[in-house]
Amino acid sequence: MSIFEYNGSAVVAMVGKNCFAIASDRRLGVQLQTIATDFQRISKIHDHLFIGLSGLATDVQTLYQRLVFRHKLYQLREERDMKPETFASLVSAILYEKRFGPYLCQPVIAGLGDDNKPFICTMDSIGAKELAKDFVVSGTASESLYGACEAMFKPDMEAEELFETISQALLSSVDRDCLSGWGGHVYVVTPNEIKERILKGRMD
Amino acid sequence: MSQSSVDVPPKGGFSFDLCKRNDMLTQKGLKAPSFLKTGTTIVGLIFKDGVILGADTRATEGPIVADKNCEKIHYMAPNIYCCGAGTAADTEAVTDMVSSQLRLHRYQTGRDSRVITALTLLKKHLFSYQGHVSAALVLGGVDITGPHLHTIYPHGSTDTLPFATMGSGSLAAMSVFEAKYKEGLTRDEGIKLVAEAICSGIFNDLGSGSNVDICVITKGNKEYLRNYMEPNPRTYVSSKGYSFTKKTEVLLTKITPLSEKVEIVEVAGEAMEE
Repeated sequence: MSIFEYNGSAVVAMVGKNCFAIASDRRLGVQLQTIATDFQRISKIHDHLFIGLSGLATDVQTLYQRLVFRHKLYQLREERDMKPETFASLVSAILYEKRFGPYLCQPVIAGLGDDNKPFICTMDSIGAKELAKDFVVSGTASESLYGACEAMFKPDMEAEELFETISQALLSSVDRDCLSGWGGHVYVVTPNEIKERILKGRMD
Repeated sequence: MSQSSVDVPPKGGFSFDLCKRNDMLTQKGLKAPSFLKTGTTIVGLIFKDGVILGADTRATEGPIVADKNCEKIHYMAPNIYCCGAGTAADTEAVTDMVSSQLRLHRYQTGRDSRVITALTLLKKHLFSYQGHVSAALVLGGVDITGPHLHTIYPHGSTDTLPFATMGSGSLAAMSVFEAKYKEGLTRDEGIKLVAEAICSGIFNDLGSGSNVDICVITKGNKEYLRNYMEPNPRTYVSSKGYSFTKKTEVLLTKITPLSEKVEIVEVAGEAMEE
């Protein structure tokens, strides 16, 4: 069994018109046993920047804490929030530093940059950035997510339609993956508000 | 004060502190993760006035295509570019690092960078990691001594060639070069040959795909033709789009309005006076 299949996870982010959505499942398991159904995989770095981490849960939490620490240092020094592109480079550098003994997680970064232009990117566990203009996926359900997003994604969707699309893609993909699911957690961020929604999914 | 290190921003280089834990996990039967590889076809050739580099744009993670349009031609210096195959994180990190070292060197010497400088910096780094930094590169550029093209293998060996191919699609591309390359090609002939070699890789090698990127470097000038050819467009998009008959059920909604950040305006003429 792969180390990534130890806890199970599914994270996806999509780009819309001046907005973005990032969604994850809520299961935390130890191989085939489920031990929590409300695990937080997506965390806020600042109002317009979110990071979703899939993979080994302990590294998800440790890496998140390290990144928040580095961002707070940046805020103190620069007196402003980090741009999403800069943050992606920071995460990439932190992951590559551990090239021969990596953090066993794959981040998905989503944010609104200058002029409210949405930015998404994902990385493998050693920091190889993959910038995309439409959607990025990560986790044990990633193969199903690739298929679902390719079929369902349309460019320039508004916030409500984007929410519907990303939720349908997430729920249909985790339904085909034993290790992820138990509901969904979706954040849709526009320049004026963050809408956080918890989805009802199959609890098996 | 405890001995365990606080996570102060590091001074650079690799850190090995998770190796022991990852080894323990592997021994317990958990497979290590697969890294993003650039399956790849990368090529370079020397023509009459300079160097032409070409690459495909597919990035794979095992058998899955992770990125359909990634950039494999990396900037090293205004007159030097480098194509990378192998583990994507390694090619990006090593080319970024040597690119910074070249810029510092330019500031120190006050001269344009030479291709052999980049070559030596890359091979020294790769050799010192004995092939564990898995980056196979095609380095090309035009400097004061003329056009140069080199290949660099992950263990640190290098070759200097008039035409070169690397990556999983290298055999497909090399067959095109061996059949059609000749000395003194013009710019258009060179671009056509490079595009043909990359297409040969895209269509015959499963690890390469999507589009063709080309970079033409001549004395004092460079042209980066991103997505020069797109032989695999997405033609099956339905104009109706996807419609969902059943809406997703939402259990809980939380809305956080974001207020405008307060702007501090400096009022002129009120500076503190002695």
